[in-house]
Amino acid sequence: MFDIFLDDAPALVVVLPLLISAIIAFMPSKIWPWIISIITLLLHLFLSLHLLKEISVSGLIIYEFGNWEPPWGISFKIDGVNIGLQLLFSIFVLVSTFYSRKIFLNEIDYRDSGKAYSLWLLAVGSLNGIILTNDIFNLFVFLEISALASISLIALGAGQNRKALLAAFNYLIIGAIGATFYVIGVGFAYAMTGTLNMNDLVIQLAQYSDGQLAIFAGMSFMLIGLMVKAAIFPVHIWLPPAYSYAPSAVSTLLAALATKTILYFFVRLLYEVFIIYPSYLSLFLDFVLYPLSLLAIFIGTVIAIYQDDIKKLLAFSSIAQIGYITLAFSLKDHSGVASGFVHIFNHALIKGGLFMAVGYFAILYKDRVTLNSLKGFGYKYPITSFALLICGLSLIGLPLTNGFISKLYLFQALYTNQMYLSIALVAVSSALAVVYFWKIVEQMWFSEIKFKSEKEDAYIYLPIWIVTISIIVFGIYSTPIIEFSNLSADYLISGYQN
Amino acid sequence: MSNSFLIILGIIIPLFAALFSYVCRYNNNLRDSFGIIGGLITFVISLKIFHGIQNNEVYQITFFTLFDGVDFAFKVSALGSIFSLVASSLWILASIYTIGYMRGAGEKNQTRFVIFYSIAIHAALAIAWSGNLLVLFIFYEILTFSTFPLVGHKQNAESQSAGRLYLSILVGTSLIFFLPAIFWIWLKTGTLDFQDGGILMNKFPAEYLSFLIAMLVFGIGKAAIMPIHRWLPAAMVAPTPVSALLHAVAVVKAGVFSFLVVVVYIVGPDFLLQTKSSDWLVWLACFTIMASSIIAITKDDLKARLAYSTISQLSYIILGAALASSLALKGASFHIITHALGKITLFFCAGAIYVTAHIKKVSDLKGMGYKLPLIFFAYTLGALSIIGVPPFIGSWSKFYLIMGSIEREFIIVAIILGISSLLNIYYLLQPVVIGFTQNSKKEIKLIKAPLTVWPPLITGLGCLVFFFYANYFLNNISGVIVN
Repeated sequence: MFDIFLDDAPALVVVLPLLISAIIAFMPSKIWPWIISIITLLLHLFLSLHLLKEISVSGLIIYEFGNWEPPWGISFKIDGVNIGLQLLFSIFVLVSTFYSRKIFLNEIDYRDSGKAYSLWLLAVGSLNGIILTNDIFNLFVFLEISALASISLIALGAGQNRKALLAAFNYLIIGAIGATFYVIGVGFAYAMTGTLNMNDLVIQLAQYSDGQLAIFAGMSFMLIGLMVKAAIFPVHIWLPPAYSYAPSAVSTLLAALATKTILYFFVRLLYEVFIIYPSYLSLFLDFVLYPLSLLAIFIGTVIAIYQDDIKKLLAFSSIAQIGYITLAFSLKDHSGVASGFVHIFNHALIKGGLFMAVGYFAILYKDRVTLNSLKGFGYKYPITSFALLICGLSLIGLPLTNGFISKLYLFQALYTNQMYLSIALVAVSSALAVVYFWKIVEQMWFSEIKFKSEKEDAYIYLPIWIVTISIIVFGIYSTPIIEFSNLSADYLISGYQN
Repeated sequence: MSNSFLIILGIIIPLFAALFSYVCRYNNNLRDSFGIIGGLITFVISLKIFHGIQNNEVYQITFFTLFDGVDFAFKVSALGSIFSLVASSLWILASIYTIGYMRGAGEKNQTRFVIFYSIAIHAALAIAWSGNLLVLFIFYEILTFSTFPLVGHKQNAESQSAGRLYLSILVGTSLIFFLPAIFWIWLKTGTLDFQDGGILMNKFPAEYLSFLIAMLVFGIGKAAIMPIHRWLPAAMVAPTPVSALLHAVAVVKAGVFSFLVVVVYIVGPDFLLQTKSSDWLVWLACFTIMASSIIAITKDDLKARLAYSTISQLSYIILGAALASSLALKGASFHIITHALGKITLFFCAGAIYVTAHIKKVSDLKGMGYKLPLIFFAYTLGALSIIGVPPFIGSWSKFYLIMGSIEREFIIVAIILGISSLLNIYYLLQPVVIGFTQNSKKEIKLIKAPLTVWPPLITGLGCLVFFFYANYFLNNISGVIVN
């Protein structure tokens, strides 16, 4: 009987969380919204696995909503590019939802639990939509839903710190500007081609193969809008306050997945659609994205060193890490795009794990976690601290962690493109990452204050350790991540070479 | 026992020593005994492997593949068998010494100290036996991180800033230079395995080899070549057992060992000799030798003086590797043993003087020679060995290095080595001279700490005795040189 549903799996992974979110919004209970969310996300994972199975057979699924054929109706596309991300998304959302229960109970009023999980599922559904959609206007819709859901979730942090409201408002305004830019670009594209479907867009754009100012203007608007949303330097300013003042569970979800999904769409747009204007594309990649990535890497790392607030520190480190990903994507070849995807996977795990651990510390400390407040935590909360240590070593990129694999492939890609200066900069920046991370370690283990170890909550540290162990496992056995990334790059770059 | 099992056992025993020390943390005697027991077992294993290598046995084990062409694997090379023998044998003595020192000086947090001490030895052994450059790098980093708590042991402002300097220089250089160099080698050759004769020949562009050598020698910060030497004097804030075993033997020797391994098994001496890409390094090493000897003279603090002496002596090994001729490599490899034995003696003595008389400065040693005769005797033996006076073991390695530089027709280098010996005499024997010739007016109360006296005596006498058994080691070393 499930077969009927399975046919609609591509739609259900998005629609199911959105539907359930409406149902649990007004539940006054403390626990039921969470249980329902977990069940929903288990189903979500099951559907994602089903999609993986389908993809491994057919290689491509185009799902037409309401059976309206693509150029007219909205369609979802699942292929080698996004199936890996879909799986990561499904699994990580489930883990972070497990993690979120105790965290939410501590950080927000329990009567708001239903609303929180309603927004949570809304964010999950819409972010998943970004991964799957094949329609540039539909993407705008998902972008807006996810932005509004995230903003409300961030604002829930106001119970802890009123600055969360300011951060949310900032995100609202800047995010709206980004979305406006994007939708103006979509408008230009629609005016010129009369289509919104990505595959059709490629065909229609071919008639302007000699280039049209309106097309280039539209493309630029779209790219800049997405850059704002993906927090690419220098339009990243909404991200650090938003991540650091949001409730800890929300920071985890956003830091691990929100920008990653938008980065994915960004690269898809670049290499699948805009590829038909190679000169425009290489202009954008070489003279905009590439230098900005280098700046992001360097400036993000340096600012992170001077942060006292740990969540802010991690947020600025995210800016640098997003820089690594966009640096890889700006390389225009298979190795570059593949290494960008490798880092999308690995960084999602690393930053997710770090935010989870720090989020738990915030609850234990009952205040914002600063460098000073971490004194002696290594002895006080050894289990979580040790997980934090491993995630941090992976962030630096030491061997036997997945961060090393990212770095290896990034170096390889840069080397084959003979970008020796970038290699040097990446190496220096990873050494600087040691500085900010070691400040944390020093406070946790080598300060003068000593504590006896205290009991830690297994419901919280288990999800943290699941992420941490996956970091080590993928550092040693990196084949799955490498294969998914190569698959993505194969699909995207084959278009480039044609 | 199968050969691969022996490797696992040797690497894992120090970890068990650390674990048991933690479990028995409430019983001081039991806790500290695990260092000695672990040292004895690893020593026996290292000795067995050392002999096995002489008989052309193969010791290797592969765990899993990390990425294309690079496994997580251990394989004992001739060079590695020497290093592991040195580290494990001196660990026994250092453990005994540690008990005497830490209790005599009344240091806090002794459990943490013992645990990280064992972990550092674990990393050093794993470096010695690593099967490829990446595994070496992994344990190189573990060694850095595990010695950080030891350097910052006192947890005051001075030791904390020293610890930061230590960590930032060592980790920084390794991430900026060493790791990219490893990637570079891998991209060019597709492997990182250690092979006799090297893997770079015909695969790596000869015109960039000098650059690669520079990345390696500066990336391996533990080799402490100038200008990347500041961490070593800074690390002297650590308790003396750390300075003795780690910053005269395990850590710094891991550095020069890594560089030597790269020259012998990755780049290949033949390739170096053909391209002459390391000749510039000969001069940098000579500069380091001279400059740090001169700085050592100006230092009144005994441990700081020994630290600069270590920097100078490490550059002997870099020099030998850079010369890359068979005699020079022989000298460099042998210098790992001779310097370890001599320098650990000197540090043991410096620590023993501190514990018994609370003296740190050379100028305060007036008249102490008569009060602490055994310590001064041991110190003299160690100093003579490092200076290179026959019949002390140190004379062998210096002899080979000088021969090596003449073989490569670097006559000036041979002269510099001679001058450096003269400087050694001045700054190493000055404490002895002050100790026996001048009289102190101050009345100094002595504390008895016999456990700090015996280890330096043993190593000091070792310097003398092993002079006559040099061939025992040289057999293995000859296996290193294939050209």
